[in-house]
Amino acid sequence: MAKILIPTALRQYAAQQASVEIGGATVADLLRSLTTQHADLRKHLYNDEGKLRSFVNVYVNDEDIRYLSKESTPVADADTVSIVPSIAGGR
Amino acid sequence: MPVETLALTNEEVQRYSRHLILPEVGVEGQLKLKQARVLLVGTGGLGAPMALYLGAAGVGTLGLIDFDTVDASNLQRQVIHTTKDIGRKKLDSAAEAITAINPNVQVVRHDVALTSENALQIIRDYDIVADGTDNFPTRYLVNDACVLLKKPNAYGSIFRFEGQASVFAYEDGPCYRCLYPEPPPPGLVPSCAEGGVLGILPGIIGLVQATEVVKLILGIGDTLKGRLLLYDALGMKFRELKLRRNPECPVCGDHPTVTQLIDYQQFCGVPKTATPAEANEIEPQDVKSRIDRNDNFFLLDVREPHEHKIANIPYATLIPLGELPKRLAEIPRDREIVVHCKSGVRSAKGAALLRENGFTRVLNMKGGILAWSDKVDPKVPKY
Repeated sequence: MAKILIPTALRQYAAQQASVEIGGATVADLLRSLTTQHADLRKHLYNDEGKLRSFVNVYVNDEDIRYLSKESTPVADADTVSIVPSIAGGR
Repeated sequence: MPVETLALTNEEVQRYSRHLILPEVGVEGQLKLKQARVLLVGTGGLGAPMALYLGAAGVGTLGLIDFDTVDASNLQRQVIHTTKDIGRKKLDSAAEAITAINPNVQVVRHDVALTSENALQIIRDYDIVADGTDNFPTRYLVNDACVLLKKPNAYGSIFRFEGQASVFAYEDGPCYRCLYPEPPPPGLVPSCAEGGVLGILPGIIGLVQATEVVKLILGIGDTLKGRLLLYDALGMKFRELKLRRNPECPVCGDHPTVTQLIDYQQFCGVPKTATPAEANEIEPQDVKSRIDRNDNFFLLDVREPHEHKIANIPYATLIPLGELPKRLAEIPRDREIVVHCKSGVRSAKGAALLRENGFTRVLNMKGGILAWSDKVDPKVPKY
C-alpha cells in the first residue's frame, strides 16, 4: 500500500482525509482507485479528455512524475505520492 | 558603486551588530544588504512580514507595489498595518511602519497595479523580486517579467493552512511556468477571500521568502532554486519536492516562445468586463423588496455552514455549492431562484449549475451578502 497525500484544497472531495493508503502498481492505478473511492475528486484531477490537469502536479516521493514515466511511473509499497495543485493566495 | 567605497555609520554598526558578528554576514555582507534593491509585489499577507524583516535587516532600498487600501479584514494577518490605518493606502501605512523600524531604508512607493505595460520598467530597477500577490494573472506576469529581465524571484503562495515557496528565475534554475505550465480556469481554485486563510500562515511563508532574499543578496547558503518547499500548518510539516527547469518551457526553456509580456488576464481565462452574465443578476435591494412583498421566489445560499453561522439572510435556504449537484431535488422548479454567496462569485457558479440542470429562471444576487450588508441591512456583519 502506498500513501497518497491529499492537499487542503481537495480534502473536501476526499471525505476530509489528509492521506489515503491505496494499493496499485503505477500512479495511474493509484489515482484510479482514489477517484473510484471519491468520485468528486475526478473532475478536480482530470480534464474532460481524461488527462491530468496542467495545474495539478503529482510526485512520487520528491520526484515530479513528468520527469519519470508520467502516470505509468511505478509505485512501491513504501512510496508516498503527493498531489500538489497550484495555489495563488498571498494577501 | 563598489562595496569598498561604502561604509556603515556608527548608528548602523550598533543597529546591525548581531549581523556584523556573524562571520557569514560581517561588514561586507551588511554593505551588500545596504546596496540591495528589493521589490515586494503586494504589501498584504506575504508582503507585510517581508517588508518588516527586510527593512529591519537593513535592505537599502525596498520597493512596494500596491494600489489597495487597508480594510479591517486585513488586520488578522497583514501585520504591517494597524487598526488606525483602516482606510489608508497600504503603501503609506507600510512605508511608515518600515521607516519607524529602520529610517535608513529608502522606501519606493509604486501606487499602481502591476501590468504588462509597466512591469518591465518597474522591475528593471531592482535586483530581486519577491512575489506576494494573490492571483494567477499577476503571478504569471511577475514570473515572465523576472525571466525576461533575469531577476531572481522569491516566490511564496498560501491557501487556508498550506503554503508553497521557491526561488524562480535564478541562474540556470526553473521558473514558475516550469512548475505549473498553465493556471487553473477561473473559479476552480478559491482565493483567500473565498476560502479563508490562517492568519499566521503568511507570516511563516513570507519569512521563508525574506530569508531567501537575504541569502540571495549575501550569496550564502543553499537557496530554494530547484526545490519547492511545502508547508502544512495543521500537520506542522515541511516537505520539499524537486523542481527542474523544463527545456520546453515557453519562457525559460531552450527555445522560448514567450519573449515579451502577454495579456495575462486572457492567459488565465479571466473574462473581459461587461459579460452577458449581468442580465442574470439582481441587486440586493431588489431581493429585499421581493421578500417584503411576499413574492414567491426561492432564495438559495450556496456558502458553507460555518459562513452561514457568521452572517445570514433568514429568508434563505442553505445548500453549500459542493453539495448542490446532489441536492437539486430540494430546489423548487416552479419558482424563480435567486442565488447568493459571500461576494457573488460562487453564486454565479451555482446559478450556472442550476441552468445546466434545466432551471430556467435563475438570478445571481450581485455582490453577495457583503453587498446585502452595505445596501440593505448593515446589522448583518461583513466577514
